[in-house]
Amino acid sequence: MSVPAELKYTEQHEWLRIDGDLATVGITRHAADALGDVVYLDLPDVGAQVVKGEACGEVESTKSVSDLFSPADATVVEVNAEALADPGLVNTDPYGAGWLLRLRVQATLDLLDADAYARLLADD
Amino acid sequence: MDDRDTPGRRPASRRTPLHDRHVALGATLTDFAGWTMPLKYASDVAEHHAVRQAAGIFDLSHMGEIEVTGPEADQALDYALVGKPSELRVGQARYSLLASEAGGILDDLVVYRLEQHRFLVVPNAGNVAIVDRNLVRRSAGFACHVRDVSQEVALVAVQGPRSSDIVSAATDGETPTLRYYSIAVASVAGRSVHLARTGYTGEDGFEVYCAADDAAAVWGRLLDVGEPWGIVPAGLAARDSLRLEAGMPLYGQELDETVTPYEVGLGRLVRFDKPSGFVGSEALAAAEARPLRRRLVGLAARGRRSPRPGHEVLAPTGGAPVGVVTSGAPSPTLGHAVAMAFVTAELATTGTELVVDIRGRAEPVQVVDLPFYKRSE
Repeated sequence: MSVPAELKYTEQHEWLRIDGDLATVGITRHAADALGDVVYLDLPDVGAQVVKGEACGEVESTKSVSDLFSPADATVVEVNAEALADPGLVNTDPYGAGWLLRLRVQATLDLLDADAYARLLADD
Repeated sequence: MDDRDTPGRRPASRRTPLHDRHVALGATLTDFAGWTMPLKYASDVAEHHAVRQAAGIFDLSHMGEIEVTGPEADQALDYALVGKPSELRVGQARYSLLASEAGGILDDLVVYRLEQHRFLVVPNAGNVAIVDRNLVRRSAGFACHVRDVSQEVALVAVQGPRSSDIVSAATDGETPTLRYYSIAVASVAGRSVHLARTGYTGEDGFEVYCAADDAAAVWGRLLDVGEPWGIVPAGLAARDSLRLEAGMPLYGQELDETVTPYEVGLGRLVRFDKPSGFVGSEALAAAEARPLRRRLVGLAARGRRSPRPGHEVLAPTGGAPVGVVTSGAPSPTLGHAVAMAFVTAELATTGTELVVDIRGRAEPVQVVDLPFYKRSE
């Protein structure tokens, strides 16, 4: 499974696109495939404070549900309204139109690069 | 490292005769009741909709098949099960239960009368051994023979509104006319099969029992012939969401040894008017006479955030625990979450407002009639 080289990753199978102190966050294709068709997203409100490692949302498919963990201490500056309306975007385009959150990050990030994440998948 | 033979390890998951087909179709595989089964091929929701709108084909070869043959096979089954298979005419099928002495449910199964003195019993994959053992034991005093033929038999289901067109086109020569819950011998791809009009999806549909060696040919023929009607291969994920919408219980979730038929609305399956008597009759007569403490109900949520098995059901005011969810999912057909749950009998009335604790957040639900989904005739 190809892992976009320009993104950063967490061990909880989330990806981040870093732009200064802004981070766009989604779940990886591996996570989306494991869940099955995503039919419901529960995302934090814009303005909410999220805490690194704590659940800040839910990604729900017909067969299961998975917590969305915040990858950093951050403020939510945007949520993807299109994905809320059409959660299937998470399956069809997990690294693009299926993004979930945009965060203003308050602390240094401790993330995996694409190679390290690909190794994590290979070891699964 | 090949550790298949390492002592003490769980035996490798079994593969159905259609395993290579599933791999070639790109299926996501899962372990279910000791079998490696297709969970989905591409999109589980698309597979679900295909079965509601056109047709889906399922490999159900993990299901068990037990034959009961002999001049007293019908009496033996009347004694072994809660129902009355002796009333079935040749070619008829019926849903029934294997009860324990204590009146609990050991399995739910389908009984087909293939011939006057030959029945086919189809238990759940995870319960084949217990059903086989109990049928052998309970039929000991009758002139009949019980044989687990699960290894030799494969099962392919075609389910959905176009399934009748597809099965008619796929059978060689004349297609037997089958009413719902009946079975007949037919030929598919030159192979002799038992064609049954049964299923677990809430749609019209067929189940095709064939020799394990013939499974690939039968599957291939049904899939090829069904293409113009929009047939798609469908996995266990779709099977589970379909049966949930249809309000059908799943053994291990809604049914187990601690559950009586009356608590799950299956009291109609229990027949006391049998000269043979039957195993569990005393306990079940007592259970029938007793007021119910809990009942299985349908719950409808407003949104898609779904109750899941094990979630607590709470009273709407005060938040006292009043039950537990057994199955739940966002319903692809209805667009909101649905669940089945055991709740205190006083709160089991249709229309009652309850709450489910979904990972720490209370979601309002309403008790609704089962099934959630019923096909239009």
